[in-house]
Amino acid sequence: MFSIEEVKKSFLVSIWFMFLTFPIMVIRVNTIYKIVEWRWERMFYIGIGTFVISFIWRYLMRRKEMGVKKKEVGEDALPLAQRLLQNRRVSYPAIALVAVLALIYPFVFSLYQANIMITALIYVVIALGLNIVVGLAGLLDLGYVAFYAVGAYAYALLNYHFGLSFWVVLPIGAAIGALFGIILGFPVLRLRGDYLAIVTLGFGEIIRLILENWNEFSFGPSGIANIPRPSFFGIDLSLAETTRFVYFIMIGLTIFTIFVVNRLENSRIGRAWIALREDEVACQAMGIDKTKTKLTAFALGATWAGMGGVVFAAQTTFINPASFTIWESVIILCCVVLGGMGSIIGVILGALVIKLLPEYLREFSQYRMLLFGAILVIMMVFRPGGIITSVRRTYQFKGKSNRHA
Amino acid sequence: MLELRNVKSYYGNIQALKGIDIRVSEGEIITLIGANGAGKSTTLMSVCGVVPPRSGEILFMGEPIHGMSPNQIVSLGISQVPEGRRIFPYLTVMENLDMGAFLRNDRVSIREDIDYIFELFPILAERRNQAGGTLSGGEQQMLAISRALMARPRLLLMDEPSLGLAPLVVKRIFEIIRKINEENNTTIFLVEQNANQALKVAHRGYVMETGRVTMSDTADNLLTNEGIRKAYLGM
Ligand SMILES: Nc1ncnc2c1ncn2[C@@H]1O[C@H](COP(=O)(O)OP(=O)(O)OP(=O)(O)O)[C@@H](O)[C@H]1O
Ligand SMILES: [Mg+2]
Repeated sequence: MFSIEEVKKSFLVSIWFMFLTFPIMVIRVNTIYKIVEWRWERMFYIGIGTFVISFIWRYLMRRKEMGVKKKEVGEDALPLAQRLLQNRRVSYPAIALVAVLALIYPFVFSLYQANIMITALIYVVIALGLNIVVGLAGLLDLGYVAFYAVGAYAYALLNYHFGLSFWVVLPIGAAIGALFGIILGFPVLRLRGDYLAIVTLGFGEIIRLILENWNEFSFGPSGIANIPRPSFFGIDLSLAETTRFVYFIMIGLTIFTIFVVNRLENSRIGRAWIALREDEVACQAMGIDKTKTKLTAFALGATWAGMGGVVFAAQTTFINPASFTIWESVIILCCVVLGGMGSIIGVILGALVIKLLPEYLREFSQYRMLLFGAILVIMMVFRPGGIITSVRRTYQFKGKSNRHA
Repeated sequence: MLELRNVKSYYGNIQALKGIDIRVSEGEIITLIGANGAGKSTTLMSVCGVVPPRSGEILFMGEPIHGMSPNQIVSLGISQVPEGRRIFPYLTVMENLDMGAFLRNDRVSIREDIDYIFELFPILAERRNQAGGTLSGGEQQMLAISRALMARPRLLLMDEPSLGLAPLVVKRIFEIIRKINEENNTTIFLVEQNANQALKVAHRGYVMETGRVTMSDTADNLLTNEGIRKAYLGM
């Protein structure tokens, strides 16, 4: 384990890092006294630090490889998380616990915390939507935030011009999201993989640029303010009460989303999405309509983003195009990929981690994104299938198989 | 039942079919043999609309089907066992079969057909919850055939069902082909490299060379034809 080879490699890494970071870490030009300071001791720390990190890294990689070997030999290849989830004795109490926590959360914690949780739940919903497109249908969509923007602006504008309330616009937002999913889906039907990613990225930006520049329609970069929060049977609620109300709306919406997405995944259309991802020609030979199947994936994915957008507008009461940049698309995609593509629980965890972690890392505000990036990289190295790998990808047959193998 | 009239198909600028004429009557097994790259797979793909012909006509039960989309063609009762199996690796055996019945909604008769298929291939019944990608090559081929049967086709297009299989399995596959034809009166259009076996099971055969049909006759006559024996049977 502590072979000379490993030590040598780690040593080389540390030398390389000392060399790389030399200009920023060691040399400092003091412009006031016009002298150059040489901080050699820092180089020493860098060397020690990278040596240790590199050594640990190698050790973990090694362990991971051996772990994989062990698993292949072992009978049960299902990962621990999956086994826990399938065991009712564990999963039922776990669900109950989560339910209780969700119920008391806004009363125990501050409004600020509740707001963060609302945002995180919005991301859970739209990440589950994107999971349909990316995780199930395998269509890499980098412009997904456009549908989120469409939902948010649908509420803001319909309310501004026609005074429509939150509850009226929620389904309308979903429908408009689906409609845009189809409109933007049509031109990219023939594309796959990288090409699809680039074109959808372009579409996302186009929507944002339109919102930014078409002043008469969307009020441009200054956005729309004073969007009303959701009403509660016409009763006036205080700010705290409204926040809690929105929180519970989001809890409801999340449960609804999980229910629907779960049903979709195990339906024929869900399997058709997976089949289409795997082999288009075979799908056509089965009589699966490629166009229709892809468009339903785009539309059903965009529906959730549309609804998420409506809630987002209602929660923040102010929207402008700056909330819907490409960065947002990337974050949502991260939720899906980090959590585990195609796995519902994975995507939920992914979205919670990605939205909550940066909030709680605020104390280290400067290093927050750095740390966040590092966590993502480490995750991808050690768990490439995401936090919870989709069950579908694992071998499920037990028992008789040995006899005929 | 199926008639191709002067069908020409292209991949971009490459002409793969240079005007072919083929007739298949109801209840027949016909086979199409030819060297690699002759255009056999392209012929099947043209029939089922994945590579629509650029000119010529394809008639099914007297109705033109060229220009229809693949799913319309499947709904008329034509299904295909594509070359190289092309099963869905992450879907289980059952789910693969269900994909074959994609255009059908009659649960009861789908259930019956699955039972029938499990009778034909008992091994698939044992593997019903296993991911398609983890089946052996032979099992995958059986699954591909079963999946096509799940559409309850009137015309079954098969592209090299014996590809890469052990002799015993090949024999079994050809038995099944005959059985499907006899029991359900399913018309079969079989493309094969294994010309000997194919001509033994088929009623009539067509020979293709570089995008053209060069010969057609009864299977027995082709089996005894000198030129065919030299070129395709290696005798
Ligand atoms: N997707 C494609 N793009 C371009 N050319 C193709 C494509 N598929 C096939 N071809 C060309 O069309 C011709 C006919 O191919 P086809 O697959 O029909 O042959 P085949 O008779 O089925 O051969 P094999 O016995 O090897 O399967 C070949 O010259 C091939 O190179
Ligand atoms: Mg071929």
